[in-house]
Amino acid sequence: MSTPRVRLPRSASAGEEIEIRTLIDHPMITGVSSSDSRNMLERFEARLNGDTVFRYDFGNGSAANPTFTFYVRAAAPGDFEFIWTHEDGTEFRADGSVSVS
Amino acid sequence: MTLDRRHFLRGAAVSVALVLVSPSALRAAQGTEWEDWRDGILDGREATEGGIDLDLPNIAENGAQVPLGVRIDNPMTEDDHVRAIHVIATRNPAPDIGSFHLTPHLARAEAFTRIRLAEEQEILVLAELSDGRVLAQAARITVSVGGCAT
Repeated sequence: MSTPRVRLPRSASAGEEIEIRTLIDHPMITGVSSSDSRNMLERFEARLNGDTVFRYDFGNGSAANPTFTFYVRAAAPGDFEFIWTHEDGTEFRADGSVSVS
Repeated sequence: MTLDRRHFLRGAAVSVALVLVSPSALRAAQGTEWEDWRDGILDGREATEGGIDLDLPNIAENGAQVPLGVRIDNPMTEDDHVRAIHVIATRNPAPDIGSFHLTPHLARAEAFTRIRLAEEQEILVLAELSDGRVLAQAARITVSVGGCAT
């Protein structure tokens, strides 16, 4: 459970926009209308060379197995980190690099 | 490929325009949980209606997994970018669907995710721009099987 998957290109030309897709297996149980106790991710963040490029704060209306698609400008070669943070503080991580020519 | 995608998005925007309704979700009424949530985001600011393309199905077969695309025509530069996009449910047990936080590192003010809807309702989207403006768009969506059982 909670194994994140990320799809991004290996290379791009300078200034090109690159599509990033992410997916993590997670039940996102709100605890509102079931007997299961709450089990929710709080935040997803994508960082490029240490800078936040995209973030999502999960509310109760976020679906199970959260997925995102977003578009980053490939200004320079980049090391991406993708971090999903659970409400209990646990982090799930993935990373990837894009070479820029 | 980019061209195909743009054509697709344009088509999607047109089809979704049919379900956009006059945003009763923007009326100044107060008191419900979602109105309080909306007003907390607005923090006294006025929202301008329009300028947000919502890619949502007219009818969601499964309320537990409803695809949501959001797009705003914006250059995403340091001086002019979209800071945040908030998605609000008017008839879920809790109004907060989620909030996107965008930066000028992004090539476009566009993102996709999946959301959870309990029943037929109006979705309200608020976008905060770097110049202080707030855009608002509402869309009505029919839900065949509600998705808030968890």
